[in-house]
Amino acid sequence: MNRQIITIWAIRLALLGGLLAVWEGGAGILFDPYFVSRPSEIAEQFWGLLASGRLFYHAGITVVEALAGFVCGGLAGTAVGILLGRNELLGRALDPVILIFYSLPKIALAPLFVIWFGIGIEMKVILTGTIVFFLVFLNTYTGVRGVSRELVAIMKLMGARESDLLTKVVLPSVVTWVFTGLKLSVPYALIGALVGELIAANRGLGYLLSDAAGQFNTSGVFAAILAIIILAVLLNLAVREFERRMMPWQAGQYDREMSI
Amino acid sequence: MIPRPKTETSVGAPPQPSGRGVRLHSENAVTAQLIRFEGFGKSFGTAKAPMVATRGIDLEIARGEFITIVGPSGCGKSTLLNATAGIFAPTEGRVLYGGVPVAGYNQRVGYMTQSDHLLPWRKVDANIALPLEIQRRPKAEIARRVEELIELVGLTGFGNSYVSQLSGGMRKRCALARLLAYDPDTLLMDEPFGALDAQLRLAMQVQLRNLCTRLNKTVLFVTHDIDEAVALGDRCVVLTGRPGMVREIVTIDLPRDRNLYRLRSNRQYIAATDHLWSLLAPDAAREEGEETP
Ligand SMILES: Nc1ncnc2c1ncn2[C@@H]1O[C@H](COP(=O)(O)OP(=O)(O)OP(=O)(O)O)[C@@H](O)[C@H]1O
Ligand SMILES: [Mg+2]
Repeated sequence: MNRQIITIWAIRLALLGGLLAVWEGGAGILFDPYFVSRPSEIAEQFWGLLASGRLFYHAGITVVEALAGFVCGGLAGTAVGILLGRNELLGRALDPVILIFYSLPKIALAPLFVIWFGIGIEMKVILTGTIVFFLVFLNTYTGVRGVSRELVAIMKLMGARESDLLTKVVLPSVVTWVFTGLKLSVPYALIGALVGELIAANRGLGYLLSDAAGQFNTSGVFAAILAIIILAVLLNLAVREFERRMMPWQAGQYDREMSI
Repeated sequence: MIPRPKTETSVGAPPQPSGRGVRLHSENAVTAQLIRFEGFGKSFGTAKAPMVATRGIDLEIARGEFITIVGPSGCGKSTLLNATAGIFAPTEGRVLYGGVPVAGYNQRVGYMTQSDHLLPWRKVDANIALPLEIQRRPKAEIARRVEELIELVGLTGFGNSYVSQLSGGMRKRCALARLLAYDPDTLLMDEPFGALDAQLRLAMQVQLRNLCTRLNKTVLFVTHDIDEAVALGDRCVVLTGRPGMVREIVTIDLPRDRNLYRLRSNRQYIAATDHLWSLLAPDAAREEGEETP
């Protein structure tokens, strides 16, 4: 088992090293560094951004936008998903509205949000929140609809009230779905924040990106992308950890040996 | 088969060799009628192409009575319990509980279903605590009750496991503990002991029978095991193959406080099992090679 892990990591490092070596050595021979830059230059730019504190400043802004949108959209999506999922009449009545908004690529709303909310941080939070809302809402809604009717019947026989059903059956069986929605949302939350910054902003990683691109500074663009990747990975890890804590019985599932 | 356990703890009075004069109910038992099926029938599927599960069931059950139900697989045994619990309405006839037709979930019954329906996100102790939490009992009382019940069903040491970490029989026992936790008037039990080993099964049978006699519980108990049907029941309802109808209601001539450990040599017990075998044998022969877990 341990040997296997070591092998896996060796393969990963070899691949990464090979890629960087080809990139570094090939730049200027195989491809034009003007377009693809070089790992060493990107590292230098990245270090520069890091040392001057600009990276933290801009990344901080993007994180705040993405997180605020993520949390607001996630909470609202869960709440509305449960409400419509438990209230069949309302859910069915609103079906077309849900479908329309689901089909609409939310990014298309960005210009409208600029008009409504200006180019400040609010606009990015609202854009991100809207995107996350629909992903989480739809997953939660599906999950609530899929709650085992047998379990609900058993609970009602025991004399359960709606509040009991909600806290003891619906919420626990829906968390899996909520987290599926949340995990799906991480990249979209970043897209929301970044697109908002690309369209109109003078701060944030999106701004850093478009600023570098505007100056045809390929290394700067790659450095910004690197920062975005790191941010995305961190956000993903955070959601995973949160998920693990919220669903200890699932962790039990993974840990226990399979038997059927 | 009921094995002879190593420890012969005497439970209840010694068995009476003669069934004569043994009444169905002991003096202190309330004998008022509690559940009544009147021409009960249930079909599934569409009105155009109905699948008749069971029909024409007439059955009266007194308070405090222990009724066992046997019959070939798919004859509507679970259907009877479901209707008593109010999971669905009859398509024919009616089901009365305490004199009123069952409408909606009947909260005076506790139901241990054929599949355990435990909550996978709760540990064993929390699963057993569920009905007590719903009744808003104080925390200390819940903890105490749960501990008692865990011991009663022999799950000591597993309170802190998730349901997915239990074996099939352990899940059944967890479901049984949950059922006993909420102390309803009537217990509906669908093959509760099917997955248990012989020793534990006998121990649980003794516990259940004692508990029900002591607390005057009414029980509808579905089983595939003829010995169990006789050992536990005051009366045994034998159903025909689908569509399930009452073939015979066998009154078991054993005392209410019978000693389950000593039944094997009891004449009434032997006579009743023989009779049930003869009733079910043709069906069993027809079903050969088919399901029946
Ligand atoms: N929800 C349902 N929808 C459609 N048909 C059903 C449903 N529940 C039961 N049936 C049918 O009704 C008949 C009786 O079912 P039931 O579950 O009562 O059988 P049973 O006597 O409990 O059988 P077993 O001993 O195998 O548990 C079966 O033929 C089954 O196919
Ligand atoms: Mg059944």
